[in-house]
Amino acid sequence: MAGVLSQRGSRTSVKAILMATTSSTLDSKREPVTATAIGTRRKRPFLLDLYSTAVGKKYVMAISGIAMMGFVLFHMIGNLKMYMGETALNHYAEFLKELLYPLAPKGVVLWILRGGLITMLLLHLHAAWSLTRLNRFARAVKYQGPRDYQVAKFASRTMRWTGIIVLSYLIWHILDLTLGVVNTTGTNGEFVKGEVYQNVLNSLNRPVVAAFYVIANVLLGIHLFHGAWSIFQSLGWNNPRFNTWRRGFATAFATIVVVGNVSFPIAVIAGIVK
Amino acid sequence: MSHLKNLKLKVWRQKGPADSGRFENYTIDEISDEASFLEMLDVLNEQLISDNKEAVVFDHDCREGICGTCSLMINGVAHGPQKATTTCQLHMRTFKSGDTIVVEPWRATAFPIIKDLMVDRGAFDRIIESGGFITAVTGGAPDANLIPIPKPVADAAMDSAACIGCGACVAACPNGAANLFTAAKISHLNYLPQGQAERHKRTEAMVETMDEHFGSCTNHGECSAACPKEISVDVIALMNKDYRASKFKNRKELSR
Amino acid sequence: MNTFNAKIPAGALHEKWDNYKADAKLVNPNNKRKFKIIVVGTGLAGASAAATLAELGYQVDAFTFHDSPRRAHSIAAQGGINAAKNYQGDGDSINRLFQDTIKGGDFRSREANVHRLAQVSVDIIDQMVAQGVPFAREYGGLLDNRSFGGAQVSRTFYARGQTGQQLLIGAYQQMARQVGLGGVRLFNRTELIDTVTIDGRCAGIVVRDLLTGEIQSHAAHAVVLATGGYGNVFFLSTNAMNCNVTAAWRAHRRGALFANPCYTQIHPTCIPQADETQSKLTLMSESLRNDGRVWVPKRADDNRPADQIPEGERDYYLERLYPSYGNLAPRDISSRAAKRLVDKGQGIGPLKNGVNLDFSAAIERLGRDVVEERYGNLFQMYERIAGEDPYKTPMRIYPATHYTMGGLWVDYELMTNIPGLYATGEANFSDHGANRLGASALMQGLADGYFVLPYTISNQLASLLGKTIPGTDHPAFKQAETEASARYNGYLNVKGKRSPDWFHRELGKIIWNECGMERTREGLQSALSDLPALYEEFKTDLRVTGTGDSTNQTLEKAGRVDDFFQLGMAMCQDALTREESCGAHFRSEYQTEEGEALRNDDKFCHVAAWEWTNDPMKPTRHAEELVFETAHLATRSYK
Repeated sequence: MAGVLSQRGSRTSVKAILMATTSSTLDSKREPVTATAIGTRRKRPFLLDLYSTAVGKKYVMAISGIAMMGFVLFHMIGNLKMYMGETALNHYAEFLKELLYPLAPKGVVLWILRGGLITMLLLHLHAAWSLTRLNRFARAVKYQGPRDYQVAKFASRTMRWTGIIVLSYLIWHILDLTLGVVNTTGTNGEFVKGEVYQNVLNSLNRPVVAAFYVIANVLLGIHLFHGAWSIFQSLGWNNPRFNTWRRGFATAFATIVVVGNVSFPIAVIAGIVK
Repeated sequence: MSHLKNLKLKVWRQKGPADSGRFENYTIDEISDEASFLEMLDVLNEQLISDNKEAVVFDHDCREGICGTCSLMINGVAHGPQKATTTCQLHMRTFKSGDTIVVEPWRATAFPIIKDLMVDRGAFDRIIESGGFITAVTGGAPDANLIPIPKPVADAAMDSAACIGCGACVAACPNGAANLFTAAKISHLNYLPQGQAERHKRTEAMVETMDEHFGSCTNHGECSAACPKEISVDVIALMNKDYRASKFKNRKELSR
Repeated sequence: MNTFNAKIPAGALHEKWDNYKADAKLVNPNNKRKFKIIVVGTGLAGASAAATLAELGYQVDAFTFHDSPRRAHSIAAQGGINAAKNYQGDGDSINRLFQDTIKGGDFRSREANVHRLAQVSVDIIDQMVAQGVPFAREYGGLLDNRSFGGAQVSRTFYARGQTGQQLLIGAYQQMARQVGLGGVRLFNRTELIDTVTIDGRCAGIVVRDLLTGEIQSHAAHAVVLATGGYGNVFFLSTNAMNCNVTAAWRAHRRGALFANPCYTQIHPTCIPQADETQSKLTLMSESLRNDGRVWVPKRADDNRPADQIPEGERDYYLERLYPSYGNLAPRDISSRAAKRLVDKGQGIGPLKNGVNLDFSAAIERLGRDVVEERYGNLFQMYERIAGEDPYKTPMRIYPATHYTMGGLWVDYELMTNIPGLYATGEANFSDHGANRLGASALMQGLADGYFVLPYTISNQLASLLGKTIPGTDHPAFKQAETEASARYNGYLNVKGKRSPDWFHRELGKIIWNECGMERTREGLQSALSDLPALYEEFKTDLRVTGTGDSTNQTLEKAGRVDDFFQLGMAMCQDALTREESCGAHFRSEYQTEEGEALRNDDKFCHVAAWEWTNDPMKPTRHAEELVFETAHLATRSYK
């Protein structure tokens, strides 16, 4: 057993160790521990090398998280134009397509941004998936008695679930308001590209959809509450002078995004926005 | 001094690494509240021996909270309910008569169970062996006062160096990560002027060895809450920063 | 018999070590890798030796019964480590440290060894700082010092209340580096159960794998025992639960002389026993006596809480009896003073088994913050164990066994009388005489491992170059394995009624009562009649449950208690035959009118080294005369 753990060499995955330890018994002769630091690490391209460790993956989680935080914040702020009326919101949608026009053709910049966001999302997902897998292997046999967590919050312990639900919400949201596939299901309306304001009203006037939007955004807030704080740790931004602010920043950020986003379905249902 | 009566214990018994193990129920009729948790287990073992049964195997040594040998998940909390306290320093006055106490070994793939409550924490040693030191060959050291170290720096290094290597951080972490242990050692050495020469090499090697055995950090903070020496999660941020720096720095130096 | 050639080099005292190093035979760097050295024990002395020997190029096999070398009990030393650096400019020097240590040991240690210790003490601090030990510092960034019992200068370096931990981790890290590089092979959870001597040389060791029960031999050119002291013979001591005498005792049974077993130090500041289930005592660092004042009520049976006893009714007995050292009087002296007052009924606490260590004056003078900064973690630890807040009520303290000055007899090279077998750290007897000063144990362990053994070991090894040594297939190894395996099967097969712990507790009571802080002829004689009887019972009524082929802590304990019994008998005989009082060995028949230790330099200015004769009650006593050329034999006075 000590022999197994003493095996050095290339980056063995936790899984490999798991297989080895569970299959070995103490019947086999124990070997002394020696030469454990003489590694035969595989050479990899620099970024892949960084990404191959859990700490590197957390960097990817954090950086992609920041990008997507920026997106949700500006998305929320942009949508506030809904309160300024139909024209304002539809103009805003048009403006996004015309970013940097005429320097770049219409829609190109928007697509670059979208491409960037999709990449960030995929990286975020891949890192989350592989870290979750690693963590499962790291405690293959769970505690058999009940755990009593001391400080781990609901938010931190449910990141995977809030993440998955927010992801499915995101897919629905795109089908609903970008592609319009499910925009008018169950209503008499019709999805018209560019008529953003009307499309939103069509969708959110369905109470079930409105409720789904509210719930999903609250979960997004919970995800952000832990994620926005976690970023500082993962990126190694730690300084006694601003450490106490980190929690406050995360709380404020999550609250602003949630309040803004949740206001839209409520405003529509309540008839404030017509 | 008073006594606790009728304590019910659910203790994990496992014959060896290959055995699947189970909880066994025991009763302690009476125990002094001045007894430590491990002394309570001693009493249990005396009871078992007098019943001609095999005693419960558990790791313990100094019984004054410094060697880091004792472990135990007590009622789902690493080192039991008292903050900043190892199991050996946990006293029975923390419990009440009639309590049921669940005792389980540390659980992590990197800490395989040897027998009953005893686990193998060799993975921690592997991390230290890979870089948790300052190379200072015996006899070649300059005068101790040659490099003044500002008191706050020495204090910060000492805060991290207080780690006793018990493994509670791994046991408490929902992901079975060893970031607090590794980061505590890295920051102890990386804070000090003597540790600068190997700073990047050390960080890279230790983080990557850690990665071979343990899970990843998701910033729950359970590790620090379980730590008998109350080491702060701030050290993990420092490790993350230094790891990134090491990747760039070592890449530059090694490509020469 | 060449047993008593201590091989002290020629020359003036301060030149001996340099002369030795100049003359010692060396092993060429290319040849070092041809030698295998076994180091047993990985505390300060063992880990530092293993690391240094591996750095030099020897093949090192290190053995520990712990899961990791970092667990060794050196870790529990709190107060600090002495070194004659004179950073405080208060008149310290190598010579003063030497004189203090000789005097502290009550002139029962070897001058040359002690002087060498004082000499290399300065290198230890340099080495440990270079390794990253975060010693306490002044605001200017330079190292801070504190003073300790038995010294009038501030020469103790410390890292909060965890100096031992920090030093051990330093040495452990150096050793871990060598494990990582392949220079050291580490056998963890493996216990030494015998040593093997072939043709008068130590040929290797026999060990037992604590996880599988497998018994195995290892051959080497030299064996270093760095296996610590035997304070656990008292059952209740400040030692860790697993500390034991087995390695040293098994070597003794194979011919190594055991010196001064009766010199066991009682530490004055431990938390008193609270109840019957107590498994160990916890030490509160002696450094607390820098700012704490020790007192008891003047009236016996004064049951008022401490803060209700007026100044006039308190007896600050250390300040009264020893005005110049006061609360910093050496350990043996403070311990005995406490015992006498408790015996008179002036003890405090629920069991009336302690004395007060009061910080109220210090808190008033320095403020709570400064006291917390200096002793915070010790106060916290006290509160956790005793359930009382020492900022509000005085600590209750009482002496407890702490350190053993006796151990395997070694010469100037730290080699026992068996060529090739070395003993370092607390396992040997060499440097502390009849009493050790505070903060000197860490100093000795590191001195032996880092700066003495690596020089002296080559002197012996050089002569073995090109010769083959006996392998583990040699009949002597096979026989030792058979005996060892019979011994452990024997414990399993007694099938009596009492657990090893029960016997250990009973053994401890006898030793503590008759061979503890104060010894008498009658007491020792009664112990010597009780011990064989209890030992007989041990052999016939022991119960070890479980089996021998997987981890069995009851079985491990049985082996250790067996050896403690035999050692206990040797201790009592040593105490009985040493008809004088010196340092920690206090015979009530031999005291001055004021109750201080009365030495008999004419008859007992020697080391008593005992030879095993197969009957633990009949060992042979040898004497190594101690010659004092530099220090003057004087009555120790701390008044």
